[in-house]
Amino acid sequence: MAEGVTPRVKVPKKADAGEVITIKTLISHPMESGQRKDSDGNVIPQSIINRFTCEFNGENVIDIKMEAAMSTNPYFEFDATVPEAGDFKFTWYDDDGSVYEEVKSVAVG
Amino acid sequence: MNFSRRETLGLGLGAMALTILPMGASAATVDELIAEFTGGADMADTGVTLTAPEIAENGNTVPISVEAEGASEIMVLATGNPTPPVGTFKFGPLAGSRSASTRIRLATTQEVVAIAKLEDGTFARTSAEIKVTIGGCGG
Repeated sequence: MAEGVTPRVKVPKKADAGEVITIKTLISHPMESGQRKDSDGNVIPQSIINRFTCEFNGENVIDIKMEAAMSTNPYFEFDATVPEAGDFKFTWYDDDGSVYEEVKSVAVG
Repeated sequence: MNFSRRETLGLGLGAMALTILPMGASAATVDELIAEFTGGADMADTGVTLTAPEIAENGNTVPISVEAEGASEIMVLATGNPTPPVGTFKFGPLAGSRSASTRIRLATTQEVVAIAKLEDGTFARTSAEIKVTIGGCGG
């Protein structure tokens, strides 16, 4: 697991049923591109988060395939529909097999 | 487990194909990546929007957003990067809009391409020229 990976997600605590809300996510990760060299001239191997998904009560909102050209600390902003009260589940998949998860609840009414 | 001669040959061929394929993918050109995504279909010039700054001072983190009404997937390519693929956004049933924003790396001044796959099976393409002052791929 890459060091110090912390997901941060901004989701409104409340929404109306059927409302479209904006979600912002940020995860601290070096996203080593595989292009850089260390001080001895050796290529630093690629180590990135390659996939990000967001689900609401098990139903998919967005599924993003990420490549080395994503910036350090990958940031995403997107919209989601909230049909009922429930949980948003955010998942990041690291190249090294680690999976980082975050859950945010949204109340309706 | 016992393998016949035919099965063994088949396994060997499969293993060879597996080792060759990823190499081909990493060396894929922009045109090949587009062809792979669209299956060679024609692309409309309208229907997808790519918002990006005209001049990016720092190529390490260039804010972009993509939007395409009725898109099921949007692929972004940085044509001037050592590896052109940037990412593919797939929208699920609960996506509130067919748009997303992120930050990407650009090695140098170049054209960034966004291709949307629409739900009716057609494709739309757009591109933006971004001037980069400091490249974002390390030295």
